[in-house]
Amino acid sequence: MDIPYTVEPRPDTGLYNAKVGIWLFLASEVMLFGALFSSYILLRVGAPEGYWPRGWLNVPIGTVNTLVLITSSITTVMAWASCKMNQFGRFKVFHAATLLLALTFVCIKSYEYHDKFTHYEITLRDGRIADGHLVANDPKADHVVISGRYVQDRKDLFDLEVRPAPRHHEELSIPRSQIEKMERYGPWHHTYLAIYFTLTGLHALHVIGGAIVIGFLWGPGSKLWETDPERFTNRIEISGLFWHFVDLVWIFLFPVLYLI
Amino acid sequence: MQATAQAIPHSDVHAAPHEEAGFWSTYVFSTDHKVIGIQYGITALFFLLFGFSLMMIMRWQIAHPGEAVPVLGPLLAALFGDVAAKGIVSPDLYNSFGAMHGTIMVFLGIVPLAFAAFGNYVVPLQIGAPDMAFPRVNMASYQAYVVGGVIMFTSFFIPGGPAQAGWTSYSPLATSIPTDGQTFWIIGMVFLITSSLLGAVNFIATIIQLRAPGLTWMRLPFFVWAQFVTAFLLLLAFPPLEAAAVMQLMDKVAHTSFFLPTGLAIGGNLAHVSGGGSPLLWQHLFWFLAHPEVYVLILPAMGIVAEIIANNTRKPIWGYKSLVYSVLTIGFLSFIVWAHHMYLTGMGIRIATFFQTTTMIISIPSVIVLTCMFISLWGGSIRFNTPMLFVMAFLPMFGIGGLTGLPLGLSYSDIHLHDTYYVIAHFHYIVAPGTIFALFAGIYYWFPKITGRMMNEFWGRVHFWLSLIFMNLIFQPMFAQGMAGMLRRMADGGANYSQARVENAVGGLSAGIMRLHTYILWAAVGLALAQIPFIINLFWSIHHGKPAGSDNPWEATTLEWQTPTPPPHGNFLTPPEVHRGPYEYSVPGHARDFTPQNQPD
Amino acid sequence: MTAQDHESLNEHVRRYLYVFYALLFGTLVTVGASYIPFGNHAINIAVALFIACGKAFLVAAFFMHLISERKMIYGLLAFTACFFLGLMFLTLSAYGDFPRLTVTR
Repeated sequence: MDIPYTVEPRPDTGLYNAKVGIWLFLASEVMLFGALFSSYILLRVGAPEGYWPRGWLNVPIGTVNTLVLITSSITTVMAWASCKMNQFGRFKVFHAATLLLALTFVCIKSYEYHDKFTHYEITLRDGRIADGHLVANDPKADHVVISGRYVQDRKDLFDLEVRPAPRHHEELSIPRSQIEKMERYGPWHHTYLAIYFTLTGLHALHVIGGAIVIGFLWGPGSKLWETDPERFTNRIEISGLFWHFVDLVWIFLFPVLYLI
Repeated sequence: MQATAQAIPHSDVHAAPHEEAGFWSTYVFSTDHKVIGIQYGITALFFLLFGFSLMMIMRWQIAHPGEAVPVLGPLLAALFGDVAAKGIVSPDLYNSFGAMHGTIMVFLGIVPLAFAAFGNYVVPLQIGAPDMAFPRVNMASYQAYVVGGVIMFTSFFIPGGPAQAGWTSYSPLATSIPTDGQTFWIIGMVFLITSSLLGAVNFIATIIQLRAPGLTWMRLPFFVWAQFVTAFLLLLAFPPLEAAAVMQLMDKVAHTSFFLPTGLAIGGNLAHVSGGGSPLLWQHLFWFLAHPEVYVLILPAMGIVAEIIANNTRKPIWGYKSLVYSVLTIGFLSFIVWAHHMYLTGMGIRIATFFQTTTMIISIPSVIVLTCMFISLWGGSIRFNTPMLFVMAFLPMFGIGGLTGLPLGLSYSDIHLHDTYYVIAHFHYIVAPGTIFALFAGIYYWFPKITGRMMNEFWGRVHFWLSLIFMNLIFQPMFAQGMAGMLRRMADGGANYSQARVENAVGGLSAGIMRLHTYILWAAVGLALAQIPFIINLFWSIHHGKPAGSDNPWEATTLEWQTPTPPPHGNFLTPPEVHRGPYEYSVPGHARDFTPQNQPD
Repeated sequence: MTAQDHESLNEHVRRYLYVFYALLFGTLVTVGASYIPFGNHAINIAVALFIACGKAFLVAAFFMHLISERKMIYGLLAFTACFFLGLMFLTLSAYGDFPRLTVTR
């Protein structure tokens, strides 16, 4: 006996197996990201007044990434529609576009991560704090050079919407002997960055996973179109549902992390 | 009509011909739900035995603190080095064994056995399906389980040893213990959670989509309903723990502070972390899973109990509809009771009252389920075979476990009982003479379908009586110890707080309470010995047991008994059609006292 | 595929495009609105989340075909939504009785 309802829907539920399966999986993903979002809320609500960062992320870049993912969403649904309309050529085009947009998203994200990992906060022995991007950190030199600013009160580093950083960055040369502590803007630096890296990192892993599936279905997997086009179309629908979910998560991630 | 027991050539069963699969595809990389079910079963039984042995060593240390473990002492010293120097269980080793005992029993033992093993083997058969909806995902879920198990197992042998922070892995302790064992635990958990999620998706999709024609929802065997709800619990409750595990891993490896508060000091020194985190966040996320998890531990067992009671009383289960609605209610409510594990964390009264109320409410459907099972015995023509003995013992044992949970669910009394031996006794009564008895019953019951032979009845009864007696001797005294104030997880068994240490101390543990440890140790040894006949019986009967004589030796009505033995690839010779409910036993006017579900009218 | 199927699919494609434009617009509005000073920052948060929910609804309803999905799927998602809200709000209210952090690094 072959497993029934892999392609044709079961009469009483109106669904084929994989569709039930993917929605179940997406439900579990809602709980996964939901737990992370509720952790975000808890950490933010629990943070002391004035010490929760705003403005640490580049909004234009985030907006571009949002538009990239939204576009990839429409290309993926168009890919499925093309399959339904028996237009394999157009499917290939739309699907390739989705894949390229996915890779673009990951590239932009990597750039953003890189930006954070080259951003340093240096506490000096005299109580001042230097904050900026690394220019030079030659171990042989006795100075560290960053491009940024000095602040007296650490609070000034946090709410950049209210107290924005000056547009112009100076090059600051800081003698090593003066440095008490030098730390990058990695996840260990503040719980905001911790939840940012965890949320966007997990999301990016989902983007990469989705991209791999999309790539497989565009390449070797597309052979199934010749033997069983309906089953192949269903696979495109299923992978599309996953992809839309990835877009959905980002629709919430973007305002939560970048804007509010 | 009854299928024959002869082997059927593959080409009759398949639409397309397929070549003979080799050893590896048939037994190791199989996508057949029956093979996967057996794989899960054998692996889980191994882990149960291993977790049990850890507990035996801990029990020795509790009863004889500071004395070398007999027989195994030198082995421990050789394997673990300084934490087991001279064969004595040090507090560090005790804590590791305790954490791993809990983790292994729950995640590597009971859930894979109750949910994955029995579910995988029986559910597709009971719904008349040829296999699970996603066979390759099924195989992947078993493989993820094995990887998780291997990671947990190897964590014993890395420098620093395995996790030590309890199966609950509370931060900041879990993060600040300087051993990679804790990291291994987290990574192992991620694999185990993935395995469960894949399995849950498979079970739900299968039960929704692959029911045979005529098998409506209200004609499903109760076992299938129980597995269906269990799968939902796993699907929706595990991901928050996965998120929390990722965050705890980040805390450990990337030095984030998700669960580390500002101003944290470790060993008197300020920790070099950003702070701003919350240890309570871990607890909320952990218990959000771990409470539904305990229902995952009990629901499949209730399902097995229902099947065996109906079969061995030769009458339908009493209150089928109540059972179904109760189990659905339990599933729903189990998501909103979790903070009853956290009454002592300083929650406000209103929110504590909310959780106390939902906890009290959830006891109602549980009692309904148990009551339906008890009433099902009334007027039955009871056959006292080994599965039935285990199942009948399950009923009062689960009753004791459940009722003793009530003082724990009420926040006022929980203040006294939280984290004491009373809690240990409560949950072990539910899982040990509760779930495990139901699982033993299931093994004896479905053995003839898997192998075509019966397990030895005499040794089954020996196994039963000895296990029942010793289980009670182990856990009953713990209620007294808990009420006397003995706390959990004390490597010396509470000797530090005994009256022997400080005479006439208020609330000091009396000599009588302390002496119970020795009796518990002997009972544990007895329980261990009682499993030997079972293990021998299990393996010996595969080839030398009494032949079952038919495909349906228990004369049962459900679909799994209407297949050849063992069921071939694809399970049914022709797709079954269901014409009646699952428990048509002793229907007046019928020639036989049972009517299979798929028998034509 | 019949001509009617093609017709309805073309309908669908047109709808997808409208949703796409709406999503683009919504993104720009979200970003713009985040700079409007409403006085109370909570209002900015509410506006951003409201627009996000709107965009999410469009993606779910039209791209994921949820608007024409079966009851089974709706039921599953309803349960998921319940438990997700339970996780968020019950956890938050358990924190409600703790004093705000005043000590900082």
